Amino acid sequence: MSLRLLKKTLLRLGFWCLIGVLLLYAVFPFYYAIVTSLKPSGALFQVSYWVESPDFSNYAAVLHQASFLRAIGNSLVVALCVVTLALFLSVTAAYALGRVKFRGRGTVLMMVLGVSMFPQVAVLSGLFEVIRALGLYNTSWALILSYTIFTLPFTVWVLTTFMGQLPHELEEAAIMDGASPWVTLTRVLLPLLWPALITTGLLAFIAAWNEFLFALTFTLTDTQRTVPVAIALISGGSPHELPWGLLMAASVLVTVPLVILVLIFQRRIVSGLTAGALKG
Amino acid sequence: MPVSTTHAPREQLLLTRETPVQRRQVRTAWLFLTPMLLCLALVAVWPLLRTFWFSLTDANLADTSEGSFVGLSNYLFHNGSNWSGILVDPQWWNAVRNTLHFTVVSVGLEVVLGLLVALLLNIKFTGRALVRALILIPWAIPTIVSAKIWSWMLNDQFGIINHLMLSVGLIDAPLAWTADADLSMWAVIIVDVWKTVPFVTLLMLAALQMLPSDCYDAARVDGIHPLKVFWRVTLPLLMPALLVAAIFRILDSLRVFDVIYVLTSNSSSTMSMSVYARQHLVEFQDVGYGSAASTLLFLVVAVIAMLYLYLGRRQMEVRS
Amino acid sequence: MIKLKLDNVNKQLGGMQILRDVNLEIAAGEFVVFIGPSGCGKSTLLRLIAGLDSICAGNLLIDGQRVNDLEPRERGVGMVFQSYALYPHMSVYDNISFGLKLAKTEKSTLRERVLKTAQILQLDKLLQRKPKELSGGQRQRVAMGRAMAREPDILLFDEPLSNLDASLRVQMRNEIARLHARLSSTMIYVTHDQVEAMTLADKIVVLNGGHIEQIGSPRELYERPASRFVAGFLGSPKMNFLAARLHTPGETSLVDTPVLGMTSLPFDSSHLAAGTLLSLGVRPEHVSLKAAGGAVGIVVAGVEYLGSETYVHLETGQEEPLICRCEVSAGWQAGDRVELQLDIDNLHLFDNDGTVLERHPQAIETRPNEVSLRSDRAPAL
Repeated sequence: MSLRLLKKTLLRLGFWCLIGVLLLYAVFPFYYAIVTSLKPSGALFQVSYWVESPDFSNYAAVLHQASFLRAIGNSLVVALCVVTLALFLSVTAAYALGRVKFRGRGTVLMMVLGVSMFPQVAVLSGLFEVIRALGLYNTSWALILSYTIFTLPFTVWVLTTFMGQLPHELEEAAIMDGASPWVTLTRVLLPLLWPALITTGLLAFIAAWNEFLFALTFTLTDTQRTVPVAIALISGGSPHELPWGLLMAASVLVTVPLVILVLIFQRRIVSGLTAGALKG
Repeated sequence: MPVSTTHAPREQLLLTRETPVQRRQVRTAWLFLTPMLLCLALVAVWPLLRTFWFSLTDANLADTSEGSFVGLSNYLFHNGSNWSGILVDPQWWNAVRNTLHFTVVSVGLEVVLGLLVALLLNIKFTGRALVRALILIPWAIPTIVSAKIWSWMLNDQFGIINHLMLSVGLIDAPLAWTADADLSMWAVIIVDVWKTVPFVTLLMLAALQMLPSDCYDAARVDGIHPLKVFWRVTLPLLMPALLVAAIFRILDSLRVFDVIYVLTSNSSSTMSMSVYARQHLVEFQDVGYGSAASTLLFLVVAVIAMLYLYLGRRQMEVRS
Repeated sequence: MIKLKLDNVNKQLGGMQILRDVNLEIAAGEFVVFIGPSGCGKSTLLRLIAGLDSICAGNLLIDGQRVNDLEPRERGVGMVFQSYALYPHMSVYDNISFGLKLAKTEKSTLRERVLKTAQILQLDKLLQRKPKELSGGQRQRVAMGRAMAREPDILLFDEPLSNLDASLRVQMRNEIARLHARLSSTMIYVTHDQVEAMTLADKIVVLNGGHIEQIGSPRELYERPASRFVAGFLGSPKMNFLAARLHTPGETSLVDTPVLGMTSLPFDSSHLAAGTLLSLGVRPEHVSLKAAGGAVGIVVAGVEYLGSETYVHLETGQEEPLICRCEVSAGWQAGDRVELQLDIDNLHLFDNDGTVLERHPQAIETRPNEVSLRSDRAPAL
């Protein structure tokens, strides 16, 4: 074997090793959570790398907890409402920011970007007061409202980027056809923007589904909690003995839908994330 | 032809004229912006101002309207013999140190790892799309869940990490990752890096794909060593994107809450500024003091955000 | 009848004067072409008429009514965009009917109008297709159909053919001409292609640097350009310009050119001072060549063979070679020595600012109708 061929083979081998390590690093923790969740509680404390005989008792236990199912329901409602609200508010805003030149446009954009950088804890006490004043404390509405603080700037920013990329002449053609801005937006631009809407909506959904600080602070009772809080508060007999099998089963249950979504919409998510970050 | 010099006064009058379409568009623009602006005012601007105000009062969570104005005494107060307030609270400075420690180490690791992974995934190979999708998994997992998964993996008695390290012979006795004061910050960093490297990788990949390929062809034709090409061509061209990603991550890391709260709860060796502020706000119900801490955190973030906006503006100007 | 009138229209944008004191009248049913180099303001002028851009000063009148403040749909104009700008998510039918729907046209009328428009444009069989399933020429026709559907009195075209390939462009050009004949609506057409302008227009408006250089029929512009700019802009290969100096001003001018020598030309230069720099313009087809005997005459620098004709380039010591359009049969070759003959009826003399000097009517009778160059003078310069 010639030296050059040897070098090439080694290089290729090294490359695939790196890819392997990378995949292991990325996927193993989740895989391990699945393995753990499929073990009966007796076998939990024996480290093993694969499942010999899957045992679904943990899943059965989790799904029998009314509060956990309730939390999933709450999370779904909150996330879907937040996505709808954020998309509705940001579509009109993105039209204004992406298609119309007006004095103050830059200021509004900077403000939106600024809000997206707020530390959540900085508005915690003020928001707490607002929510209590509106009588929303310990309801899903408290979360729907408060989550707009991080979803709305993001959706506005990304949709503005996408909106700005649509050809200018299309809008002028609509004007020549006698369309009002509202008609232009809803009947000409929005139909072209639905891929972007899906992307942004998906990202907003993930962000809302995963949120923890507000959910922990603005809800009090089991019936109002969302999934992250419910999981964080799962506890065993003593603080040092967490029901790990149960916990992992719950974790897998709330994560699998997200992972599937991400794998399906990978391309769109990437375009949304980079539109939000790089093109700013 | 420079007519503008001769007709200057008339022009001033003319510049403000717009077509009915444009006038209506501008009016509609503001109309369309209003709901969004109102919403942000309600959930962001107003609460922020209230937080500033609370930080100057001794308000209590049970009834925030009861508080009375106490000036800056939440920040710093001299009662005749000694100082009190956040700025002399060792716990606060500990939280600041922890946050900075966390930010510097985790963002540093994330940017370096993210860049390396991006370079690796920028090479064309079969199954690249699948690998790219799979590395997104950590990003999609809720922070709480990833913290729980890792705290199970890092469990001192039954965790797989200790098991692995013991069997390889790296350590002789199990490590208490989340309880040991020396290790718990590392545990937090490990989890955060694992979760956010995909994000940085994505940004870097996107930036890599925007690089002009003719530069590389030219370098290849000239026979320049790939490492040299990386340092001289790739890295400088990637710098703007790298900077953006780093600042995004810095802003995120400074307000870190979930990972630390779930992984190590209120342990003082990992307590971040956000955890500290929330502890005072919610657990101790001391809205005044907690708001003061929040305000300080906000100021730190604001300064860095300002810096980012400034750099972003400059970059845009340079580009255009 | 005057359909559309521009009265001292001005447009500024960002401190730049885009259009300056534009005055123009367009008669009903006329086909008007705006032409000029890029950045001359021709597209802006069209957009002002459409209502997409604002008029800074001056008036725009349609049917005698000031429409500066009316919205596009109230002006009775339709527009065809350069990129077609078809709504990608709508079928051809919906694209054409969108404006009618927004105008709340009654359903049966709407259908009738769309079908009629589609029939005129031969789109009947494509009505259910989406724009991405159409060829370039079909998209172009849909764009026209959309502009026509509301039956506007004025149709605006913004470089509509520039996205098509050459052969399709010729075909579409003919279709537009036929469409104009059939609809007899007023059409305003922006292009930078002089062939389109010459073939389509009843009236050409030449714009340069934000003002109108000349308005006239294609023939007027070609044969009697009002300025050196217009003379040079229309025609291919472009008009030859020879530097000249006014020796003796008067109703007929005595002009000294390096190439022709001292010549008396039938142009009125009485308003100019002696010594003024002029330029003498002559189109390539108005130069004829004669073989010069022996070592005298102008040297042929090169010959371009185009099949139906040849362009002979002559080295005259000017900045650019003088181009002469000749019959192929003349058989000129590089290195030949020739004598020039210029057709005096088709000479143009421009003053220093580029304005044409008026031709003196009587002079034409009294002068020989050809000026010929004594060929031994040229090489000296």
